[in-house]
Amino acid sequence: MASASAFEYAPAPESRSVVDIAPSYGLFIDGEFTEAADGKVFKTVSPSTEEVLSEVAQAGAEDVDRAVKAARRAFEKWSALPGSERAKYLFRIARIIQERSRELAVLETLDNGKPIKETRDADLPLVAAHFFYYAGWADKLDHAGFGASPRPLGVAGQVIPWNFPLLMLAWKIAPALATGNTVVLKPAETTPLSALFFADICRQAGLPKGVVNILPGYGDTGAALVEHPDVNKVAFTGSTAVGKAIARQVAGTDKKVTLELGGKGANIVFDDAPIDQAVEGVVTGIFFNQGQVCCAGSRLLVQESIQDELLDSLKRRLSTLRLGDPLDKNTDIGAINSAEQLSRITSLVEQGEAQGAERWSPACELPSSGYWFAPTLFTNVTQAHTIARDEIFGPVLSVLTFRTPDEAVAKANNSQYGLSAGIWTEKGSRILAVASKLRAGVIWANTFNKFDPTSPFGGYKESGFGREGGRHGLEAYLDV
Amino acid sequence: MPTTAPALGDVTASDSTLRRFLHGLPGVDTVGLEARAASLGTRSIKTTAKAYAIDLAISMVDLTTLEGADTPGKVRALGAKAVHPDPTDRTTPTTAAVCVYPDMVATAKDAVAGSGVKVASVATAFPAGRAALDVKLADVHDAVAAGADEIDMVIDRGAFLAGKYMKVYDEITAVKEACGTSARLKVIFETGELSTYDNIRRASWLGMLAGADFIKTSTGKVAVNATPANTLLMLEAVRDFRAQTGVQVGVKPAGGIRTTKDAIKFLVLVNETAGADWLDNHWFRFGASSLLNDLLMQRQKLATGRYSGPDYVTVD
Repeated sequence: MASASAFEYAPAPESRSVVDIAPSYGLFIDGEFTEAADGKVFKTVSPSTEEVLSEVAQAGAEDVDRAVKAARRAFEKWSALPGSERAKYLFRIARIIQERSRELAVLETLDNGKPIKETRDADLPLVAAHFFYYAGWADKLDHAGFGASPRPLGVAGQVIPWNFPLLMLAWKIAPALATGNTVVLKPAETTPLSALFFADICRQAGLPKGVVNILPGYGDTGAALVEHPDVNKVAFTGSTAVGKAIARQVAGTDKKVTLELGGKGANIVFDDAPIDQAVEGVVTGIFFNQGQVCCAGSRLLVQESIQDELLDSLKRRLSTLRLGDPLDKNTDIGAINSAEQLSRITSLVEQGEAQGAERWSPACELPSSGYWFAPTLFTNVTQAHTIARDEIFGPVLSVLTFRTPDEAVAKANNSQYGLSAGIWTEKGSRILAVASKLRAGVIWANTFNKFDPTSPFGGYKESGFGREGGRHGLEAYLDV
Repeated sequence: MPTTAPALGDVTASDSTLRRFLHGLPGVDTVGLEARAASLGTRSIKTTAKAYAIDLAISMVDLTTLEGADTPGKVRALGAKAVHPDPTDRTTPTTAAVCVYPDMVATAKDAVAGSGVKVASVATAFPAGRAALDVKLADVHDAVAAGADEIDMVIDRGAFLAGKYMKVYDEITAVKEACGTSARLKVIFETGELSTYDNIRRASWLGMLAGADFIKTSTGKVAVNATPANTLLMLEAVRDFRAQTGVQVGVKPAGGIRTTKDAIKFLVLVNETAGADWLDNHWFRFGASSLLNDLLMQRQKLATGRYSGPDYVTVD
């Protein structure tokens, strides 16, 4: 008879050899890799080890101008192509992404710190799906409900965050190209590599020069791009503070803007919920990608009558999460993206403790190098606590309680944000009743963090405006 | 008759209290349950963990023959295999049990004598369970008298689906009593016939309330047998039952688990759902016949670095 010892999983690391990272990368302008005009470069590191992965050219204002001009030139031909021709390129890109998905998944895990399980099973399939989906729309724009022959806007300046580097790129670039726009995209300074690999995919797909331009850099690069007078459309995903700055920048211009900003999603668990699945949903809601998700369910609203039962189950479940090497296929929780983000999380968590909330984490050993934060749960949280109001963007869950459905709705809506929410109940009528009262762009019922290219995504209030994905996502890139 | 653990109150006092209790259990969301089972199926079990898992899985097999054409010779061969699963490697653990029809119990008992391998018998009018209670109890008495260490009983699915929970409860308690102190009782729900996950959770609790030592997915005789999702659900049930009553109950998925890869996925479910306390053949079993040979071939592969092939393991 075997003894009842723990079943220790041996390490199962994904091979790094499937990806070839060059020691340095340039900017991608007009179909060519080129150095920055002022020769500036910056380093990108692997958050799990602090190893320098590569040195990347940093775009300045002059480079932004070059890229926008290239995109403007390319726009004339690209927008004149029949939709079915643009679709061919997009389908080709989608297929290449599928073919290179293992390589891209490993790359993304190295550069971002998220587990290979997530890049492999969530990010990459969705990236390909977005290109396939919008490829399908390219020749059907006349039938999208925006009138006959809706026209593209021109050059789209796009700025994306570091939490889903390649997926956010896909959300931005696929609809822009399908509708006939050309693109200048700035990836986040901590995660530029997958966008540069995407540049290579554009070349592999034979995409005409200048249709996609990639400019790695910091906030000033993004600001220069947003400011550029020849940019017709600005699309931004990132923090609410930067979103507000962008809104001020473009105010009074004729640029179209979509902003997808922060969130403080409420995950509402009623006493008749499928408890085991609700626990899974709460875990997915806040610990997926270390909680670095704008639509994370970072506020758990649990009905008072089942609070103890649910918290016990949740704590037991958190104790089974495996934190460590993100390249290990058995890792559930990877590294925090940067030292800066780690200190932001740490400071907010300290505020939570100082304000009297009760902090809990499972026994969990953190690796000695890299940026790590243990999954954390706060109980005794009230609406007045900072951790119940501010976006933490880390693996930190605040637990609040409610007694009636009305109270749940009132608390869920009592936030400056409105991006996502979750409802857990076995009662179908309650799902509909509560969902219709919640002010959030995405509401999941008995599930959480499910994404699909056909489904529009975006926020209310300080979570931004405009929608990405689905037919709605086309509108942001069309003159309608 | 066993009484309900005090923690739960007297939920088996009447038909209506029992119904209210079973229908008050948390619901099961199909999509969420299956997604969780699938995600645990992606755990990558390699090298030392795999070697551990293979030996553990071998030790959990209820090596089974349940054919109308079973002969004493076949049962003796099965017993010999249970004792020495791999004749070329005596470090291979024995299986947990051999599982046979009641008339073969004595033969099986003789074949595994002294080895520690248990003899399980499917009594209670297996596999349909459609006989009078007297007949089922006589079946159990026969098997126990012949020396069975474990009784695998099927529930009356017709009664369960008709909502006659008390009838099912009474049958289980009667069989449990017939098992006496010498035989452990495994209660088979035939999950494929219960058709909803809510029913499987209710059946699990009903079985445990009635004194089951094990709850078991299926007979292996219908189209849908053990699946990762229904086993995960039953593991949640035994975990919650122990938390509320202090009583630990075993789980046995049966039917359709044929490969080492599948078996390891089930062990991952056990490890991460009920916990390490169930990673032992006293608390978890595989009802399988062809699984063992695949486990043995994988074990040889790990030991030698090469695949041997089906001729390097015994056919029965």
